Amino acid sequence: MSAPATHELLRTEGLTLRFGGIAAADGIDFTLARGEHLAVIGANGAGKTTFINICTGYIRPSSGRVLFEGVDITRKGPRQIARLGVGRSFQLPQLFLDHTVRQCLELASVSRQGRLSRWTSLSRAADQRAVAEMLELVELAAHADDLTAVLPEGRRKLLDVGIALMLEPKLVIMDEPTSGVSSEDKHGVMQTLMRALQQRRVTSWFVEHDVEIVRRYATRVAAWIDGRVAADGAPAQVFADPLVRREVLGER
Amino acid sequence: MRTPISPVAVALAVLLVLAAGWAWPWSRMPIITFLCFGLAALGLTVLMRAGQVSFGHAMYAAVGGYATAFAVRAFPGIDGLAAAAAGVLASLAAGALVAAFVSRYRGIFFGMLNLGLSMVLFSLAGKLYAWTGGTDGLRFERPPLLGVAMERGQFELAMLVLALSLAVGIAWMVQRYFDSCAGQVMLAIRTNETRLEYIGLSARSVLAQGYVLSAGLVGLAGALLALVQSLVTPESGYWIRSGEYVFIAILGGSGHAIGAFLGAAVFELIKLAAAAWFTDAWQILLGATLIAVIFFAPQGIVGWRRRAPKPAQPTPAAQEAR
Repeated sequence: MSAPATHELLRTEGLTLRFGGIAAADGIDFTLARGEHLAVIGANGAGKTTFINICTGYIRPSSGRVLFEGVDITRKGPRQIARLGVGRSFQLPQLFLDHTVRQCLELASVSRQGRLSRWTSLSRAADQRAVAEMLELVELAAHADDLTAVLPEGRRKLLDVGIALMLEPKLVIMDEPTSGVSSEDKHGVMQTLMRALQQRRVTSWFVEHDVEIVRRYATRVAAWIDGRVAADGAPAQVFADPLVRREVLGER
Repeated sequence: MRTPISPVAVALAVLLVLAAGWAWPWSRMPIITFLCFGLAALGLTVLMRAGQVSFGHAMYAAVGGYATAFAVRAFPGIDGLAAAAAGVLASLAAGALVAAFVSRYRGIFFGMLNLGLSMVLFSLAGKLYAWTGGTDGLRFERPPLLGVAMERGQFELAMLVLALSLAVGIAWMVQRYFDSCAGQVMLAIRTNETRLEYIGLSARSVLAQGYVLSAGLVGLAGALLALVQSLVTPESGYWIRSGEYVFIAILGGSGHAIGAFLGAAVFELIKLAAAAWFTDAWQILLGATLIAVIFFAPQGIVGWRRRAPKPAQPTPAAQEAR
């Protein structure tokens, strides 16, 4: 919409998804520019995760298009979209539970290389320098050889994003990166994540309920109400919007 | 990650098996059967590492066996090794064909689809009398091995050496595959296919490759068994046989390639012991063994992985500790 074409990273046009009579996405026209750190806010059921699922190829929209760097990705699956440079983390971290932290990153590393050897061991084939850098970046070096199944929730969140970052994406979409993390740890987790994203010059978009975190880390906020973008702009501006205050923040 | 298997222990086991086969001619057939069942169960292990169980994989033993028999009958004087190679190639081809569509299915659908296919193949083998010899199977002349025509005892000993070398070599190679990138992706299919897709990897194509490998392993077992008996029957592809391979793979465990052979050894010993002492009760013995394994060693003889047991979910205490 407003962003100049050269800075535009992702755009959706009339994105609509209907389940029966309910529109989980209702004609969303939305543009994300390079370098932005967008926070998406909204009540449960407003369609925030559905929008992520459509943009990452997990769900096909009923109508409309998604363009990433000008390429139409509407009909592509998660695998192809990941290869084009869109990384994703999940509200419930999606990890490989029979693998260690290091092995999860190694798997992403060999995927990045584009060939899966049936003979060379995973640890030898993976780019160990990139793995070590990522372990430092998301502060998991001390847990490198722990099985992911025994990691505490905050670490799982960090690893979930670390795996996505191994593919050197241009955009990382994080679905509630601090949900399930204790309140005293939330800021630490978020700070590590945002530092990692900034260091890698990755554009980000995250769903977040904690207003404090949104104010601190987002350069832009979009408020979702009933499958539509109800308000979009600088954090202060969006939080001042009466509709957002009433419908999203629950103020009277 | 890998449990190192002592080469000395493997060498000792190999020598022991060779000595037994050399000293007691009656032991040759059970030993060859054990090695072939081990190879077939290793095929099932490949799939189990991706969390999939096939209840029809014996069909590839039948494919391997019939292709071996066809080769010997079609080309008189063909070397046994070449005939077995034809069996393996046929099972790989059949595996590739089936992999193209079963790789889309998981869990019970994967297992039952394989079972269904194997039932179709089993009845075809029994009914297409002109080609397969019907339910009596297909008998063929004992082929020479490496150009040498042999008497029965000699031939069995040579087959034992062949099966043993193949088992050791292939187990080593399959273990390398388990530790390789593709092998580790197979493990990840079992735990999180969604994440695999989101890091740009195709679970389906990796599983399909693993499926072809598993079909080839079972096919090799079928080819060797047909060769040593100079006979292939529809029973070699029957679902009960498929179940035995699954049984052995579970018994052995999928943490290491050697598990399938340990499972096969136990299976064969139970059958031998039952034949000697409890002729009418060997299924009871097998059933009791399986129950004991599931209760006391759910990860099989080699264990899933020699590491501290892991909880499926982080404990509340660990969550707070973060």
